[in-house]
Amino acid sequence: MKARVFVTLKPSVFDPQGKTIADALHSLGYTGVADVRQGKFFEIDVEARTADQAFHVASEVADKVLANPVIESYRVEIPES
Amino acid sequence: MKFAVVVFPGSNCDDDSYHAAKHVLGQEAEFIWHKETSLKGADVVILPGGFAHGDYLRTGALARFSPIMGAVAEFAKRGGPVLGICNGFQILLEAGFLPGAMLRNRDLKFHCEHVIVRVEQTETPFTLRAAKGQRLRIPIAHGEGNYYAPADVVQQLESSGRVVFRYCDERGDVTERANPNGAVNGIAGICNEARNVVGLMPHPERACEGALGSADGLILFESAVAAMAQEGVMRTA
Amino acid sequence: MNDEVLERHGLTREEYDRIVRALGREPSETEIGIFSVMWSEHCSYKSSRVHLKKLPTRGPRVLQGPGENAGAVDIGDGLAAVFKIESHNHPSFIEPYQGAATGVGGIIRDIFTMGARPIALLNALRFGPLDGPDGVRTRRIMDGVVRGIGGYGNSIGIATVGGEVAFDEPYAGNPLVNVLCLGVAPANALVKGTASGIGNPVYYVGAKTGRDGIHGATMASAEFDDRSAEKRPAVQVGDPFMEKLLLEACLELMQTDALIGVQDMGAAGLTCSTCEMGARGGAGVEIDVMHVPQRETGMTPYEIMLSESQERMLLVVKKGREAEVERIFEKWDLHASRIGEVTADGLLRVKDRGRVVAEIPNRALVDEAPVYNRPVKRPAYLDEVRALDVASLTIGRPAADFRRLLASPTIASKAWVYRQYDTMVRTNTIAAAGLTAGVVRIKGTERALAISTDGNGRYCYLDPRRGAMLALAEAARNVACAGAVPIGATNCLNFGNPERPEIMWQFVEAVEGLAEACRALDIPITGGNVSLYNETDGRAIYPTPVIGVVGLIEHASRTLTRAFAADGSSIILLGEGTGELGGSEYLKLVHNRVRGECPSIDLARERALQALLARAAADGLLLSAHDCSDGGVAVALAECCFDTGGLGAVVDLTPELSASHENLVSAATLFGESASRVVVSSRVGDEPRVLELAATRGVPARVIGRTGGTRLRVGVAGAVAIDCAVAEAEQIWSGALEMFFRRTAA
Repeated sequence: MKARVFVTLKPSVFDPQGKTIADALHSLGYTGVADVRQGKFFEIDVEARTADQAFHVASEVADKVLANPVIESYRVEIPES
Repeated sequence: MKFAVVVFPGSNCDDDSYHAAKHVLGQEAEFIWHKETSLKGADVVILPGGFAHGDYLRTGALARFSPIMGAVAEFAKRGGPVLGICNGFQILLEAGFLPGAMLRNRDLKFHCEHVIVRVEQTETPFTLRAAKGQRLRIPIAHGEGNYYAPADVVQQLESSGRVVFRYCDERGDVTERANPNGAVNGIAGICNEARNVVGLMPHPERACEGALGSADGLILFESAVAAMAQEGVMRTA
Repeated sequence: MNDEVLERHGLTREEYDRIVRALGREPSETEIGIFSVMWSEHCSYKSSRVHLKKLPTRGPRVLQGPGENAGAVDIGDGLAAVFKIESHNHPSFIEPYQGAATGVGGIIRDIFTMGARPIALLNALRFGPLDGPDGVRTRRIMDGVVRGIGGYGNSIGIATVGGEVAFDEPYAGNPLVNVLCLGVAPANALVKGTASGIGNPVYYVGAKTGRDGIHGATMASAEFDDRSAEKRPAVQVGDPFMEKLLLEACLELMQTDALIGVQDMGAAGLTCSTCEMGARGGAGVEIDVMHVPQRETGMTPYEIMLSESQERMLLVVKKGREAEVERIFEKWDLHASRIGEVTADGLLRVKDRGRVVAEIPNRALVDEAPVYNRPVKRPAYLDEVRALDVASLTIGRPAADFRRLLASPTIASKAWVYRQYDTMVRTNTIAAAGLTAGVVRIKGTERALAISTDGNGRYCYLDPRRGAMLALAEAARNVACAGAVPIGATNCLNFGNPERPEIMWQFVEAVEGLAEACRALDIPITGGNVSLYNETDGRAIYPTPVIGVVGLIEHASRTLTRAFAADGSSIILLGEGTGELGGSEYLKLVHNRVRGECPSIDLARERALQALLARAAADGLLLSAHDCSDGGVAVALAECCFDTGGLGAVVDLTPELSASHENLVSAATLFGESASRVVVSSRVGDEPRVLELAATRGVPARVIGRTGGTRLRVGVAGAVAIDCAVAEAEQIWSGALEMFFRRTAA
């Protein structure tokens, strides 16, 4: 079963990459773009019977390894197949 | 005195720390492969610079799962001096030996250049021989050295005297200009509560010989030797 | 076989007929693919081979000349310097970050496959102008290339200690990324890329094979056009972490005697490594692609043989030592896959689950590849551009031109670039990037190696023969300025489409010029790389031979650098100029002309000058040394004042041109680029000995001034032409490049 994990910097943490991208977009004329936050996306293949089980495993992995809780937060999605 | 230099896959300053300890300082030194579980009687442990496990995921993130880290934790808990340099510092953060995390440098660029750091604390095994306020000219070489911690943690570090090194200018002033990466409060290095684990972004092992442009970094290694000698005296007394 | 298939493979009908003759039958699809990459310009050197033979490749120090993964020269103490330069121009244009990164990865593999520990990287880069119509694209390319070089070199932990960056219009659509790696190996244990010993197992180690980079070699052998963007999938992605593991594992394996030979799977991947190793050992190699680790599913033998996935090595080891070899790789979390064995029949035999899909004599692929002696024709543009009437130039005040030159990207400080490179890792770097030459000490010995790359495309455009001589002379001079004796060279020959007789003429002239200079300076070429088809939409780059020279310093503590060392030192100009402005940066920048005769060179005098530098440095007579090149003696003097904390100098020069116009005389004297000139400084009292040494060697030398104060004051025949605070000059020089990149954040 596939699980998706999105990792982003916490709102309180400055994101220089996102800022740079936003600046570039502004200079290209996309003045309607207010802000950009860059993050990471993981697609995980989990051996699980139920979506709940997959969600549980993916959350644990995200918490332990994929995200650094000091600076990052994460969100797990189990897409409907 | 025996230095252990831990080698992770992707460590690339392991030879440099070994060279500084063994050939410049004339101490014993040994490489310890990350899959090992013993530090083989070392007195000082160095986690060297590099890009352990490719720095994939996050800098230092995967190295904390290496078998040797159990022994390093044990060693640190017993009060053994541990120095994390650059990637080694990042590993110490990820492994929870030290608080905080690293962000990309504020200009998003890798920086390799000599900087000046001010010694803020001399009560650590790696700054014992330095004077408070002493300025050291030491190179940095990193893309993610922008030290970050939540405000309360920074406050705690500051109030408990655990900021060991700070980027400064030639006069010793901590300025925005002298800060190469955007680190909060110009923090270049910190220590743990027990003060035996120190992590810093600059590379003291690259500044141990005049021929390389500076020998200011040698004082960290000399301090470790002095600290161990002191402890030895205390132990036998 | 229809024309469409041949065209797709970059083969001519004649070449196809040749394949049929070599096989005695029609080739299979897989075989066509194999021939097409091995007979591509990139792998076969079919257009350049007849001319490359003219280069001197032997010498008492040469341990390995061209033909192996890299060249090697003896540096004493039982050690060899192993080095080579290679281009990654085309991939860097298509995808700058990965193109440059994989270029670095490739050249590093060439060095450690020889049994050498890589210790230094240099890169010679050429881009279009940073401003103007292509400025945005050029800045994006340059930013990507620099990040890519750093991304790979910094991670794997090899110091980037030098190189150069120059800017000129013809590179706008075709940037050059030439990467040089230097390593040190035990002189008696150089490893070769040879397959021998019937029955010995053939191993594959490293990254898995994917569909990336298929036909990279043929891509590097064709011109660019609007459709090049479609070829994007041909770009490979580098993994420096994997290569770091390969590097350490291979060096550990080489400590044993279990290894017969090893070769990197670079251009043309598995195909090239198998047949070249077989051809060198006079043996056959048989593999089954089912044993090749694959990253993607459903790959055909054709795709597996032609993939250029990065970070892969092919090894032949001694039968019976398999377990030992596998154990070493497993320590580094690498899996060594046995994919075949060495055979006696001299054939490259490729099987797919036991079924033979290709069977080709190795010699046909390697030694019997087509060789072309392509027609040459002297280009018509030469007569036109060589004419230069300096008297017709409107010459302004030299002081203003001096400031403009300092801000010219080609001359300005490259700190913005090399600050992004780790210049010190492994703690060997004595003189870092941005100085005259990179210098690395050899731990465990007294010695150090100096290394420099040079090549002025503008000179070569005006006169490829003399331009190539000047390139070698300058690289060797830069090394000599560090106090080293040049002992070997590697060349990267970047040219346009060789099927055009005018381009071929440039190539032949340059190679012959280089050969002559190598003989005159007694510097053998130990290897290198040819990069042709550097054209976009029919516009070729300047002919650009980039030469890397390695020099030996007997006492590392005697290494010299560019910067003046002390207040009150004597400044001596070695060599003399004749006010040559042809092809100069001054003429281009201030007058927007690329014309005239490029500087003349007397190779015997050049050799004497270099010998003088090495001798004077070894005797401790010099405090600093710096070559005069782009921007002439004025810029050289300024650069000597930089990185000193603002130390100034007062200098007076002899006029180098007799003309009625005073400003013209000054400009030619200050900014002319006559070759074989070096600004040195020495303690007061030592200068008579320097002058005496120069006199005995027939090198003109004159004390031109003294260091001191905080201003650089340069006069011509007593009249002050430049008077500028060093701090101001240094600010212009050090900030110019960064300004271009500050404007665009992304």
